[in-house]
Amino acid sequence: MNNSFLLQIKDLKATIDNKEILKGLNLEVKPGEIHAIMGPNGSGKSTLASVLTGREIAQVTHGSVSFDGKDLLSLSPEERAREGIFLSFQYPIEIPGVSMVNFMKTAVNEQRKHRGLDPLSASDFLKLMREKKELVEIDSALTNRSVNEGFSGGEKKKNEIFQMAMLEPRLSILDETDSGLDIDALRIVANGVNKIRKPDTSVIVITHYQRLLDYIVPDVVHVLYNGRIVRTAGKELALELEERGYDWIKREADNVEA
Amino acid sequence: MIDYRPELIQKLTHLWDAGREGLFKKSPGLFNSFREEAFSTFLSLGLPDKKNEAYKYTDLDKFFSYDYRGYYVPSTADYTQAERFKCEVEDLDVWNIVLMNGFYPHSDQGLMMLPGGFWAGSMTAAAKQFPGLIQRHYNKYVTNDKDGLVHLNTALASDGLFIYAPKGTTISKPLQIVNLVHSDRDIFVQDRNLIVVEEGADLTLLVCDHALSPQHFLTNTVTEVYVGQNARFNIIRVQNQHNDAGKITQTFIHQERDSYASSNNITLHGGLVRNATYHTLAGENAETHSYGLFLSDKSQHTANYVFVDHSAPHCNSTQLFKGVLDDDATGAFNGRILVRPLAQGTNAYQANNNILMTPEAKMSTKPQLEIFADDVKCSHGATVGQLDEEALFYLRSRGIDEREARLMMMFGFAHEVIQNIHIEALRERIDTLVMQRLRGELSRCASCAIKCN
Ligand SMILES: Nc1ncnc2c1ncn2[C@@H]1O[C@H](COP(=O)(O)OP(=O)(O)O)[C@@H](O)[C@H]1O
Ligand SMILES: [Mg+2]
Repeated sequence: MNNSFLLQIKDLKATIDNKEILKGLNLEVKPGEIHAIMGPNGSGKSTLASVLTGREIAQVTHGSVSFDGKDLLSLSPEERAREGIFLSFQYPIEIPGVSMVNFMKTAVNEQRKHRGLDPLSASDFLKLMREKKELVEIDSALTNRSVNEGFSGGEKKKNEIFQMAMLEPRLSILDETDSGLDIDALRIVANGVNKIRKPDTSVIVITHYQRLLDYIVPDVVHVLYNGRIVRTAGKELALELEERGYDWIKREADNVEA
Repeated sequence: MIDYRPELIQKLTHLWDAGREGLFKKSPGLFNSFREEAFSTFLSLGLPDKKNEAYKYTDLDKFFSYDYRGYYVPSTADYTQAERFKCEVEDLDVWNIVLMNGFYPHSDQGLMMLPGGFWAGSMTAAAKQFPGLIQRHYNKYVTNDKDGLVHLNTALASDGLFIYAPKGTTISKPLQIVNLVHSDRDIFVQDRNLIVVEEGADLTLLVCDHALSPQHFLTNTVTEVYVGQNARFNIIRVQNQHNDAGKITQTFIHQERDSYASSNNITLHGGLVRNATYHTLAGENAETHSYGLFLSDKSQHTANYVFVDHSAPHCNSTQLFKGVLDDDATGAFNGRILVRPLAQGTNAYQANNNILMTPEAKMSTKPQLEIFADDVKCSHGATVGQLDEEALFYLRSRGIDEREARLMMMFGFAHEVIQNIHIEALRERIDTLVMQRLRGELSRCASCAIKCN
C-alpha cells in the first residue's frame, strides 16, 4: 500500500527556534496528483516546504516522511533534489557572481550523475537551456546573468519554473509562486508548470488564491492552519475559501482544539 | 616584546651610508637632488607602525627584520634569465617587458619605442632622453608625505620603469610587465616608476610578479602615474609570490579633467602584501575605479589602502575590494574618500566584502569618509563574515553538493572583482587560478619554481 504514495508524511512535528510550528501533520500524495495547500499567513506552509527540502532552519521533532519509499528526513538537501524533489522558493535568493549557466550546468549534471548518465555536452546543454527557456518564456538575457541578481519579482518566479523545467522533478512544491505576478505572467508560469508535468509527476501548490488553481487544477485541496491540516476536500474547497475567507475555518479549528 | 625599530633604522642607515656613493654616481642628477632630504625625512618619520592610521592593522616589522644586505643591482645573468622568461597565459596578446627585481635589465640601452608611439625603458635612460618631461613629473604626484616608506624609496631607489604615452597615442594591445623576483640571498628591493599618459592617450598596463627563488624578499615600490586630460589608463597587478616574499606597493594616480583610470590588484599569494593606491581627481569630470581581490591562507597578511581625493567637481569614483581568508590569515582594508569643498557633484562609492573561512582568520575594515561639499552622493559598505547560508541552501536544493556549492559561491564572490578585467585571456586565466586556489589545488603559476608550503 505504502508504495502507491510518492510522498507520505505521518504525524510530522517541527520547531523553529524551539517554537512548535508544525504540530502533527499528515499528508499523502500519489504519483501524478496535484495537491493545493492553502491557509492563512503564518500557518506553517513554508515551514513544511523547508522540512521537505531539508533546510536546517526547521527541526523535526516527531513523525516521518517517506518519498518513493525512502526515508526522506535522513537525506541531505542535495540528495533529496537528486531524488526528484524541487522547491520553487517563496523568496528566491540572489547569488551575485554565480552565473545562471554555470549553476544550471552543475545542477543538471549532478542530477544526471545520480541517474547514472554522462554529463551533457556543451552544445546539448545549451540546446536544453534554449528549449526550456521558451517553455517559460523567460528572457534570454536573464540566463546570462548571475542567479536572480537584479531580477524583478516576476522574473525571479519565472526563473524558478525555468529551473523546474531543467531539472524535471518528480515532486514539485510551488510556494506562493503566484504572488507578485500579474495575470499574464501568472498564465505563462502556470502553463509552464502544466507543460513540464508528466503523468506520474506530482505537484504541491501552496497558494492563497484561487486564480492559480484555475490553471493548475488540483485533485485535492488542504487547508493548513496552526501547524495542522484542518480540512481536506476537492477543488471546490478553494472556491469556497475564495468566497468566505478563512475565518470560519479558523473558528472551527480553534473550537476543536479548545 | 622586543622593539626592533631602532635596530631597523640603524640597518637602513647602514645601507644608505654604504651604498650612497655608488648610487649618486650611477643615478641622474634629478633623482639625486631629492635623496638627501628624503632620507632625513624618512629618519624623522621612521617606518610606519600601528600609530599610523593607515598601518593600524599591518605589522611590517617581521619583514623588515630580515638581514637584507646591500642594494639589488641587476647582473648579466639576470638579463639572460629575463630574456628566457615566457608568460604561460595562453592567447594573451600583449607587448611584453620583463623586469628583474623591479629593474629594467637593459638600462644602458636607452628607451625602446613600441608600435603606436609609446616609449618604455629605465628611469635612468628616460632622464637622459626626456629630461624636461621627467623634471615635470618626477616626485610630483606622491601625495602622502607622512609615510616613511615613500621617502625611503625616494632616497634609495636606484632605478625603475618608465612608460610614456605621448599625446593622442593609443597602444594596440596592453603592455605586460613581468617582474621576476630572483636572488640567491635575502634582498630588499626599491624601485621607482613613472608612467606618463598624456592628453587623449590610452594605455593598459598589466604587472605580474613572479618569485623565482625562495629567499626572503622585501619590495618597496613607488609608482607615479600622470593621466592627462581625456586620457585613459588601466593598471592590473597580479601578485603571485610566496610566503617569504613581502611586497609593498604605493601607486599614485593623478588625473586631469575628463580622464579615466582604473586599478585592479589581484593578490593570489605573498607573505606580506600591502597595496596602497592613491587616486587624485584633479580635473573636472574625471572617473576612477579601484578594485582589489586577495586570497590568503597560512599566516599571510594582505592589506589594501585606498585614498580617493575628489579635488574637482563632477567626478565619479568606485572602490570594490574583496578578500577570502583561510587558516590564520589576516587582512586589512582602509578606504579613504576625501571630497574637498570645491568638488560639487561628486559620486563616490565604496564596498569591502570579506569571507572568513576559519574562526582564526581576521579581517579589519575601516572606511574613512571626509566630505566637505554638499552636493555629494557617497555610499559605503563593509562586510566580514561567512558564506550566505541561505544562498548555499538554494544551490544545494538544486542537487549541488555542499562542497561544490561553497566553491561556486566563493568563486562568484571573487569573480565580481575579476570581471572588471577587460583583457579576456587574462580574465579567464585569473578565474582559473582562483578556482584552483579555492579547490586547494596548486595555486601558483606553473612557471613558478618554488615549492613553498
Ligand atoms: N526564519 C524564521 N525564524 C523564526 N520564525 C520563523 C521563521 N520562519 C518562519 N517562522 C515562524 O514560523 C511560523 C510559520 O511560518 P511560515 O511557515 O512561513 O508560514 P506560512 O508560509 O504559512 O505563511 C510563523 O509563526 C513564523 O513567524
Ligand atoms: Mg510562506
